[in-house]
Amino acid sequence: MTAVGSGRTRLEGHDKVTGAARYAGDVPADGLLHGWPVLATIPRGRITGIDTSAVQAMPGVVAVLHHGNSPRLVEGAGWTDADPNLQLLQDDRIPYAGWPVALVVAETFEQARAAAMALPVKYHAQPWDVTFSAAHPGLYTPDEVNLHQPSETAHGDLDAGLSASAVVLDRTYTTPEEHHNAMEPHAAIAQWVGGRLEVVDSNQGSYAVAQDLAKLFALDLSQVRVRSEHVGGGFGSKATTRPPAVLAAMAATVLCRPVRVVLTRRHMFSLVGYRPPTSQRIRLGAAPDGRLLAYEHLTATQTATTFEYVEPAGVVGKVMYAADALRIGHRVVRLDVPIPKWMRGPGEAPGAFALESAMDELAEKCGIDPIDLRIRNEPAVAPGSGRPFTSRNVVACYLEGAKRFGWYERDPRPGIRREGRWWLGTGMGAATYPGETAPATAAATAEIDGTVTIRITAADIGTGARTALAQIAADALSLPVEWIRMRIADSDFGPAILAGHSFGTASWGLAVDEACKALRARTTGTPTEPITVQVNTAELIQAMGRPERHAFGAQFAEVAVDVLSGEVRVRRLLGVYAIGRVVNPLTARSQLVGGMVWGLSMALHEEAVRDPAFGGHLNANLAGYHYAANADVPDIEVGWVDDPDLANPTGIKGAGEIGIVGVAAAIANAVWHATGIRHRNLPITPARVLATPPEGPRA
Amino acid sequence: MGRVEVTLTVNGVRHAIDVDTRMSLLDTVRERLALTGSKKGCDQGQCGACTMLVDGRRVVSCLQLAIAADGREVTTIEGIADRDRLHPVQQAFVDLDGYQCGYCTPGQICSAVAVLQEYSDGWPSAVTAADEPAALDEVEIRERMSGNLCRCGAYAGIVAAVGRAAEA
Repeated sequence: MTAVGSGRTRLEGHDKVTGAARYAGDVPADGLLHGWPVLATIPRGRITGIDTSAVQAMPGVVAVLHHGNSPRLVEGAGWTDADPNLQLLQDDRIPYAGWPVALVVAETFEQARAAAMALPVKYHAQPWDVTFSAAHPGLYTPDEVNLHQPSETAHGDLDAGLSASAVVLDRTYTTPEEHHNAMEPHAAIAQWVGGRLEVVDSNQGSYAVAQDLAKLFALDLSQVRVRSEHVGGGFGSKATTRPPAVLAAMAATVLCRPVRVVLTRRHMFSLVGYRPPTSQRIRLGAAPDGRLLAYEHLTATQTATTFEYVEPAGVVGKVMYAADALRIGHRVVRLDVPIPKWMRGPGEAPGAFALESAMDELAEKCGIDPIDLRIRNEPAVAPGSGRPFTSRNVVACYLEGAKRFGWYERDPRPGIRREGRWWLGTGMGAATYPGETAPATAAATAEIDGTVTIRITAADIGTGARTALAQIAADALSLPVEWIRMRIADSDFGPAILAGHSFGTASWGLAVDEACKALRARTTGTPTEPITVQVNTAELIQAMGRPERHAFGAQFAEVAVDVLSGEVRVRRLLGVYAIGRVVNPLTARSQLVGGMVWGLSMALHEEAVRDPAFGGHLNANLAGYHYAANADVPDIEVGWVDDPDLANPTGIKGAGEIGIVGVAAAIANAVWHATGIRHRNLPITPARVLATPPEGPRA
Repeated sequence: MGRVEVTLTVNGVRHAIDVDTRMSLLDTVRERLALTGSKKGCDQGQCGACTMLVDGRRVVSCLQLAIAADGREVTTIEGIADRDRLHPVQQAFVDLDGYQCGYCTPGQICSAVAVLQEYSDGWPSAVTAADEPAALDEVEIRERMSGNLCRCGAYAGIVAAVGRAAEA
């Protein structure tokens, strides 16, 4: 039996259940200092004064760093694009509420906090605008959306398609500002050790963080080492360098002592990114049989004044359905708000809420089952590019899911099932997410005791990557998994793609597989001296090109809606996926279930509320920003279908993001089926349910 | 700021320590006793990551000052196992994948250990029917474990793990 494909408990499991696993904020150091960021209380303007004398005599205060005294940083650092969020304490400008204006450093956490609270900062406020709306006059068409994808995609004659359509749907769907809120607040400890800047950081990719720190502080990359052995969740919020690593490194450099910077929960709401709100107008035109003649998906969203991140909500349309005419477009407005960044399923998660809700509405209008409608619009090639898919097994997901869920026993009529005060309904939605591969470096060392050590700058943010990579190595070497020693998350191990975009296991797995095969070609049996082989997959991946390679899935939901309280309870979720080869069914299932919990949470709970009067959040904490707790989550069932796809020789597509995609639509569609009321604005809160009560007698 | 000497018995070991009166029990254990298994997720009592047992009952240790725990018996995640032998709750979390990133896990496990005790002591929860003894089924476990957030969404595994430990 091979290791790949069999469920394995996590290699670090014992450490995680005994408290031995050490996260960035847990790392001790002699002479450790504590840094506390002081954040701007206005959303736009300038700092006119910071009275450090008011706090310098407070007990334990060592320094107050601010734009007037902090080290100058080199510009241009950032992953693929310069990130203005890394240019900390460099000038007096305030681009948004919650921007760091100072770092108070003290001997203890309590002393740093007290001084940070007491630090007088004066501002000259300028007029600000923090309110997104799809009618904002500042909306413009960007040249690109996230990751340098085109903003506009079109083929065919949309207007002709719409006018030739027997059925036309024109709807607008909105999603709110959402925050990752990983359980572990971002943390970093920085110190100079023997002429090297050593940082232990909470991140999803230590190599890129080391590159950024080297650039910012004008160091050679060999002078910087970043590690992130255990990371308490990321979801995109730790994908690239975040302020704690920079602030800790800055203070450690100035003060020549180890410095730890840990964000508070409130700090996280402005400093680590978020999913920006979207307003998506979808127009679908169909023949009477449901075949799409026209599909338009226009997204409006917000970004910051300092950086143009555009949430690519329209990308789902490039993958999902065939239509004679297609038009995808994005518009964005720059507001005095923090910089939005990737959040689990960027683009697909909000985009699929709109598209998959619209498909359900179209099915209703055409009188066709929602699954049949989707199957009728299966594309022969990728609608966005016209190129073939490497594999496309979404129909198998629909059919397997329908069978397991009991879909076809469903009466399609809405608002007819009651159980006391609860109205019951079911709904479904499709899911897709890219299954791409990116370069990584991996080293395999044959040790003299017969074991093999793998070194790779991978990050295990809870995905199970450490264990999955050991399984891949074991199979490549024909060794038991127990003979593989995994060393990950150390920038000294060389360049590797970060844990994001569902890149991780497919990309690192390919590199580990290649390294192990190369080692096997070099040596068999136990060597007398350790033998190391290192590979980098950049050339291999270059040769693979960028094919249309995607994971797919089908989400099913059963809900109960209490029309007296407005509460929506999800009773059952089922997701069936085509995600290529599943390395570790135990941890892959957890990832998919976790993504579905995110989808449930997105559908019903999550919304960051910004107050236009002061420009900051009203609910920057875990009580005000509710995400799903244990009692919110029902039985969740997950399955997968055969999905062979060797466009990446490992066959892996990644499971990190697809679980969230389509779930919010499945739930909203189920709420419609229960009540007859369409909810096109997330989250579907009790207030929203009560504002549009279903017709008919109350219980 | 004031300082005061407190006596804490943590995982069976007695410590007399001089603390800043502003120090939470969580920060005291983490920073002064080098027991960093207990995690800080919000520092506001909203997430449960810092859950410990104080005199056998679960508390969010970020909301308890060290001086308020003076003289108490504290059990942290480092004290849950019987030396090298994992507690049944810990073993079930490993076997049933009741976690992903692991950051909320110490708090989940401390909470679960307390749930089993509360249940065996006959404490009802918000979902326990009146006039009926509670059965520790999935609905009860979900309710009783809802003070511990998990952003990875590992609740299904957590519920299964607590259920298995309850049978042990």
